[in-house]
Amino acid sequence: MEATLEKHHEERHAGLEGAKMGMWLFLFTELLLFGGLFAAYAVFHSVYAKDFEIAHHHLNRTIGFINTIVLITSSFTMAMGVWSAQTNRKNLLNLFLLLTILLGVAFLVVKLTVEWPVKFHEGLYPGGKEFNHFIQEGHKGQALFFSLYFMLTGLHGLHVLVGVLVLTGILIMALRGKFSSEYYGPVEVSGLYWHLVDLIWIYLFPLFYLIK
Amino acid sequence: MDIPFPAFLFDKIRRWGMKDNHKEHIVTPPVYLAVAIALYILTFITVWAAGIDLGKITNTIIALSIASVKASLVALFFMHLKYESKLLWFMITIPLLLLLILLALPIIDVLTRAGYFGMR
Repeated sequence: MEATLEKHHEERHAGLEGAKMGMWLFLFTELLLFGGLFAAYAVFHSVYAKDFEIAHHHLNRTIGFINTIVLITSSFTMAMGVWSAQTNRKNLLNLFLLLTILLGVAFLVVKLTVEWPVKFHEGLYPGGKEFNHFIQEGHKGQALFFSLYFMLTGLHGLHVLVGVLVLTGILIMALRGKFSSEYYGPVEVSGLYWHLVDLIWIYLFPLFYLIK
Repeated sequence: MDIPFPAFLFDKIRRWGMKDNHKEHIVTPPVYLAVAIALYILTFITVWAAGIDLGKITNTIIALSIASVKASLVALFFMHLKYESKLLWFMITIPLLLLLILLALPIIDVLTRAGYFGMR
């Protein structure tokens, strides 16, 4: 009996290890997806350094800063959620998952209702009035800055949205009592994804908002 | 399909994939809190450092270094990388190496083009 239980435990452990490894493999592809765009950023920034510096003044540093704090906090609450699951604290797990989702939503709300509308109003989006103006005036670098800005923060925002949806699914499962200290793989694996989204933003913030 | 695969290599990889005590290491709240506070402080420092003019290249290097420290903290503690198996650590070096090539080659290309330095 003891031996069977031990074997059972080991198999479960191997399952979690496999699930985590699968998520890491997926995260590697994500890293290279964003890596290509970071390479484009690096090349165009080095060629049009002056234009990038001028263009970045259109961005609101305070909003970027607030969103950085929001994402870091959400990563913390996510990590605490995993701990709650590991130690069988089911109510705390629900609470931390909810907090993580709310912070993710807050990030998107700031992006979609405060930050981007201003950029769209100013015509800084690809094809916008000011954007076309940059190209006509010969400031190609400024147009490229905003192309990269919308591409990278847009793709990142999409990842935040997906993360919020995934975590909502996890929260529903948690509310139904699916997780315990014996079974919490989905919580940990979706947590890994959420942390990667935070990790990418950690690079996006200085690259777009803090250019010298 | 039967690919010949040396048994000792298979065994080695299997052992690499294992952790010392077969148990999941549980990171405790104080560690998470300390990491979060460090991340907040580093965010303040990076904003503060961006306000000081040390020249384009130095400023960029500082900003990216701080970002890399922050990213490492997230990966090591929030993503539990510190407590992962040797196999996973080995696996991670591959995409990081690819990322390095992906970033370094285009940059080297641009920087070494004739007439790049102040001549255009």
